[in-house]
Amino acid sequence: MTHEAPLIEVEGLAKSFTLHLQGGIVLPVLKGVTFTVRAGECVALGGPSGIGKSSILKAVFGNYRADQGRILLRDGDSKIDLAEAEPRTVIELRRRLVGYVSQFLRVIPRVAARDIVAAAARESGATYNEALGTAEALLKRLNLPERLWSLPPSTFSGGEQQRVNIARGFAGRHAILLLDEPTASLDAENRACVVKLIEERKRAGTAILGIFHDTTLREVVVDRVVDVGEFGASHKLAEEAA
Amino acid sequence: MTPRNTPLLVAQGVTKYYGERLACRDVSFAIHPGEVIAVVGESGSGKTTLLALLSQRLKLSAGSVSYRQNGDLRDLDGLTEAERRRLQRTDWGFVHQDPREGLRMNVSAGANVGERLMATGWRHYGRIRNAAREWLTRVEIDETRIDDAPLSFSGGMRQRLQMAKNLVTHPRLVFMDEPTGGLDVSVQARLLDLIRALVADLGLAAIIVTHDLAVARLLSHRILVMKNGEVIEAGLTDRVLDDPREAYTQLLVSSVLAA
Amino acid sequence: MSAPSYNFAYLDEQTKRMIRRAILKAIAVPGYQVPFASREMPMPYGWGTGGVQITASIIGPKDVLKVIDQGSDDTTNAVSIRAFFAKVASVAVTTRTREADIIQTRHRIPETPLAEGQIIVFQVPIPEPLRFLEPRETETRLMHALEDYGPMHIKLYEDIARHGHIATTYAYPVRVAGRYLMDPSPTPKFDNPKMHISPALQLFGAGREKRIYAIPPNTEVVSLDFEDHPFEVQRFDRTCALCGAAGVYLDEVLTDDKGARMFVCSDTDHCECRQAAPRLAEGA
Repeated sequence: MTHEAPLIEVEGLAKSFTLHLQGGIVLPVLKGVTFTVRAGECVALGGPSGIGKSSILKAVFGNYRADQGRILLRDGDSKIDLAEAEPRTVIELRRRLVGYVSQFLRVIPRVAARDIVAAAARESGATYNEALGTAEALLKRLNLPERLWSLPPSTFSGGEQQRVNIARGFAGRHAILLLDEPTASLDAENRACVVKLIEERKRAGTAILGIFHDTTLREVVVDRVVDVGEFGASHKLAEEAA
Repeated sequence: MTPRNTPLLVAQGVTKYYGERLACRDVSFAIHPGEVIAVVGESGSGKTTLLALLSQRLKLSAGSVSYRQNGDLRDLDGLTEAERRRLQRTDWGFVHQDPREGLRMNVSAGANVGERLMATGWRHYGRIRNAAREWLTRVEIDETRIDDAPLSFSGGMRQRLQMAKNLVTHPRLVFMDEPTGGLDVSVQARLLDLIRALVADLGLAAIIVTHDLAVARLLSHRILVMKNGEVIEAGLTDRVLDDPREAYTQLLVSSVLAA
Repeated sequence: MSAPSYNFAYLDEQTKRMIRRAILKAIAVPGYQVPFASREMPMPYGWGTGGVQITASIIGPKDVLKVIDQGSDDTTNAVSIRAFFAKVASVAVTTRTREADIIQTRHRIPETPLAEGQIIVFQVPIPEPLRFLEPRETETRLMHALEDYGPMHIKLYEDIARHGHIATTYAYPVRVAGRYLMDPSPTPKFDNPKMHISPALQLFGAGREKRIYAIPPNTEVVSLDFEDHPFEVQRFDRTCALCGAAGVYLDEVLTDDKGARMFVCSDTDHCECRQAAPRLAEGA
């Protein structure tokens, strides 16, 4: 697996924000960001907060626009540059190729926790019953009480919501998984469960790129740290602004 | 390629003048099967005019709108009135902000839902009624209300009935003009969720005009931001909302509570 | 002192020509509502001004006229119109269906089958069958032009939903010659089948709404319905109390103030003929 081309190749990625409402100041956030992630590898983005780690993750997910550089994602035999991809392509890749676990669950009104997770499984090709099975298995592993499964997560605690969020991220069969502090609001038991999930996905050949502030998690699952501070000089400004 | 990769509707340089006044300038985009596009902007930005132009309810001053039928992309300007009507009530839907515009308020819910079926040649009362019953259930209206007129319905129910009335012929493209406008917040949430689920289940393409960015976030894949009759920014919904480029879009995004 | 002199049949010749042109067009396009410049007549709207103008335009000195109102020859409306034409056209009048060349009617078709050469003239209050669906005339005309008639079934659907059957009993919409949707005027739907392939010419006049339409002889007239609720005429489970006729349209008549009632033929001529004839046919 690792001899193949990387699943993620970021080259010379630059990104700045122009704040029109604040007199048009330009905040350079990323410059010259270059790294790769191979199948089965878990790469952590390192560096102090405000250095642009989340921005990189968002750019690789297509959520932030890249000003310069390339974000190449390998989809089977072809490579797609996310920096130039059509919105439809990005949506299609999110369905099949790139999963993302954010720090917070964006709650969809009235949809039950189990259905949120199952929907993610279905998007990457599972049948209705398979998806339901996957969803229930994941929620069970993440110790979400069964009585909550059929409820919409809007009334859940932060930790419960985050477990639904993680289950959703892992329910798909994405070859690329982006994790933004997935264990931030979890207790030790659930953190251990997430570690297992990540390890399973690595063994299955998933390329994982993430932000892990949790040191134990970092020690166990992370193969390599990409120090965001080593790219360009612009982030100093961003840090000051933040 | 699969039909998903061929556009369903293509707008090119869509322009509308009301006399001297420009209402919509040079709007171009394509929508594919199953895709949901939100058109956002403040009132007067031309978004409702754009919707009327795309849905052939208004004549274009310049530009073209083409639609795919039987595999061919066809300029809708060439449609006869009869073809246009057939398209509008079979393959298209139009959900008005005010349900009174989209419903016959004094005929029963069942007849409202059945109207498109009857207009397309259904002549079996029992089957029409079964279809109406099924669609009422799908839009969460108790089927015992089938013989009640929408006059006796709440605003949210009327809007759901309008959905059913449009969807009964399994259209491929639905235009919606502020579908949740004028409803209480809790009613809005229920309707939004229903629209989201129906659009996903039926694989509908939809063009939704809204001033509410939360609606756009929840329902759409892509956003067109309109200002003074022009599309000033377009792209992936979460990218436009999380990384807005234009000053106006930034203003729009910063003006709402956590969309 | 000279009596006021009217032109033959009241209307001036130019007006008659104009109306005849409208009638010819209406015959040429069966079921299509032809606009015409309806004149003020010496009677109020709603009393048959449309029918009277048609009759006045087609009647000749040798024609025999019959006028009925809901089947009856002797109600005010029928008597007045008959007297009107006897006066302004000096034509012969009759109550016998068979003897009439022209029958002007309000809301019935005689039970005696019409024959080739006869003309029946209907008085029409609202000629547009789509009006209840669509108030705009521009839109209803477009709907006719495009044969956009599907929504017409809404009314029938509503009937079945509310009453379990199509409860529309009069002004029951029909398709004429497979093309135009037509309001047969407020005749009971009992009479709809009589319009189908009738050997007589059927003319419809709406004076207030200024429309003339026609069904030429031997034209298909089909009543709208649903596959599972086919068109049916009213059935009466009794016979006429006066003449014993079955299979005819009956009126309910109160005979005293205690609620006693009887059912009699709505077509008075038909009833009288049967009563006058030797009672041979009774068993048949």
